[in-house]
Amino acid sequence: MTKQTPLVEMKDIRISFGGIRAVDGVSIDLHPGEVVGLLGHNGAGKSTLIKILSGAYKMDSGEIWINGEKAEINTPRDARSYNIETIYQTLALADNLDAPSNLFLGREILTPLGFVDDDTMEAETRKIMKRLNPNFKKISEPVSALSGGQRQSVAIARAVYFNAKILIMDEPTAALGVHETAMVAKLIGELKKQGLGIFLISHDTREMMELCDRVSVMKNGQLVGTEKVEDVTEDDILSMIILGKNPKAAA
Amino acid sequence: MSDETAATSSPEKRSLLQELEIDTRLLGMIGALVVLWIIFGFFTDWRFMSPRNLFNVSVQTASVAVMATGMVFVIVTRNIDLSVGSMLGFIGMTTAALQVQWLPDIVGLGHWSIWIIAVIFAILMGAVLGAFQGWVIGYLTVPAFIVTLGGFLIYRGAMWWVTQGQTQAPLDTTFRLLGGGAEGTLGETLSWVFGVVAAVSAVGIMLMSRRRKAAHGFHLKPAWAEGILMALAAGLILGYVWIMNSYPIPKGAMKRITASQGIEYTEDLVWYHGVALPVVILVVVTVVMTIIATRTRFGRYIYATGGNPEAAELSGINTRFLTVKIFALMGALTGIASIIASARLNAVDVGLGTLDELRVIAAAVIGGTALAGGIGTIYGAVIGALIMQTLQSGMASVGVDAPLQNIVVGFVLVFAVWVDIVYRRRTGN
Ligand SMILES: Nc1ncnc2c1ncn2[C@@H]1O[C@H](COP(=O)(O)OP(=O)(O)OP(=O)(O)O)[C@@H](O)[C@H]1O
Ligand SMILES: [Mg+2]
Repeated sequence: MTKQTPLVEMKDIRISFGGIRAVDGVSIDLHPGEVVGLLGHNGAGKSTLIKILSGAYKMDSGEIWINGEKAEINTPRDARSYNIETIYQTLALADNLDAPSNLFLGREILTPLGFVDDDTMEAETRKIMKRLNPNFKKISEPVSALSGGQRQSVAIARAVYFNAKILIMDEPTAALGVHETAMVAKLIGELKKQGLGIFLISHDTREMMELCDRVSVMKNGQLVGTEKVEDVTEDDILSMIILGKNPKAAA
Repeated sequence: MSDETAATSSPEKRSLLQELEIDTRLLGMIGALVVLWIIFGFFTDWRFMSPRNLFNVSVQTASVAVMATGMVFVIVTRNIDLSVGSMLGFIGMTTAALQVQWLPDIVGLGHWSIWIIAVIFAILMGAVLGAFQGWVIGYLTVPAFIVTLGGFLIYRGAMWWVTQGQTQAPLDTTFRLLGGGAEGTLGETLSWVFGVVAAVSAVGIMLMSRRRKAAHGFHLKPAWAEGILMALAAGLILGYVWIMNSYPIPKGAMKRITASQGIEYTEDLVWYHGVALPVVILVVVTVVMTIIATRTRFGRYIYATGGNPEAAELSGINTRFLTVKIFALMGALTGIASIIASARLNAVDVGLGTLDELRVIAAAVIGGTALAGGIGTIYGAVIGALIMQTLQSGMASVGVDAPLQNIVVGFVLVFAVWVDIVYRRRTGN
């Protein structure tokens, strides 16, 4: 691994909901220009872990370090102040609002008089959508009128627009067509080159092998292991997911 | 995945309504109003359409309509406020006691400052009561239905304690102007000024939005369609002013007014009412609330929270504090409504505001506010209030007795919401 300070270090993170230990002593890290994949069965705790980083949940114990300094992340606002942007699995869109309103929600562009500047936000939305999904035309309709993939594009645009340094993508391609998935893969490549660190969650192991530098596998809230993709095969990863054992550690 | 929308490049023929691009819901509400006016007019030898009656209906609408604009925000965020009627009574009674009993002892009876203090007090009292309810709802997470049901009982009881149930009257003479009536209007000249300014602004806003749309390459209505709409808007405003300016002030009031102005009263001196102050207040409230809803962050967050509270929170919106602000605003508007209601009656008894919460909620809902949250317009709520008041006044002038009036209003409310549901299903909203 590189010797530079990691962009993100999550150390011994724990959180329970009622009796369920959703995340149980997990430590992962992320470097600039790196994509770390999170894999695991349904309910393994992947979304919960990254929601702690994005400020949606408060962890019971553990530490988060950003750029070598201990970070206090209690709210989504805190996370944004560390330039952490998140594409949630649920997309977190207000269905009754249009794409620009969703893209800028909580960070509206204002006119000099302090009113929301819908014109500028719309123009900015057109610009970024042209880059991400050139077919996207329904700029001024409520997002409830959009297809699943179109909604996903809006959520991706929102995370990419604000110059994130740390990007969290929770199954960003789940609803996307072949073409759009390729666009996202290309986008991840570009962002990586710009030096962003990306946490990527997906169930598609082949896709993860292609896009990620390292993969971490979780099972029942615990970390099974973290491996560089070039050191493992797809079968190794599958057996980590299913058996919850690291074949390399066992070997 | 190709998502060319039909709207961007549809060469097919468009109907007249499509060309005008009027929101069909708005059209439906206005249609309902016109039908009601014609029915009631027909059964009253057109007395219902007289300037006198239209003046009264518009004044009586003001108090409920002012509160209905606030109720839109409350319902859009998936809450409800059952306390506004009682709160209106409580504020009205306290503000009346302030004018009748307390302030005269401090600043002297009939002092010029009394009405100003009373107005500020009423609005502040509403904002504080509302903020407290909002805090219990937002931070202690007690459901709004329960908190405001509690408020409904508490304020009605508290209202009694303020004066031990005594009716408070008469109110300060300047304060009374805010309730409308012969003196409480803009007068003829100012009414025309008001009307012209409003008409020019309406046309100006439509022109500006057309220019904006053109700049963004949206589909534009043909110029003739835009022209018709502008003429309609300006015509409605000026028509209303004209009708208000053809309602003569009755003799008794004329004598009073001329005497107070030192003008000699003669039999052939006729002045006209003009636009009543409560209507002016309502117009100002409507404009301000519309700006808040569509042009401010606060408004944007209200609709976002109503559409998806979780998404709003994940976007860094403090939805708890937002709830406090919404209920404080609702309270302040209730304060304004209480000023109008008490000033109009020139007295406050323990029944003031009874059942108003239901009228306000009904107005918002008839006006298209969805109880599921996220959807609702300010102008819709105001028109909803106008429909409710038209029904009530109309039935009274036709001679329908009170119990039957309630029955009809009840049916209309349910019917209106059903129509709305069918409409939404059809249009896919
Ligand atoms: N808000 C919550 N309240 C209670 N339990 C929760 C909550 N969020 C998650 N859990 C529980 O925590 C565990 C981990 O859930 P999580 O959503 O992190 O799984 P995941 O790995 O993202 O799964 P998937 O692949 O299905 O998205 C699950 O057992 C889930 O039921
Ligand atoms: Mg998940």
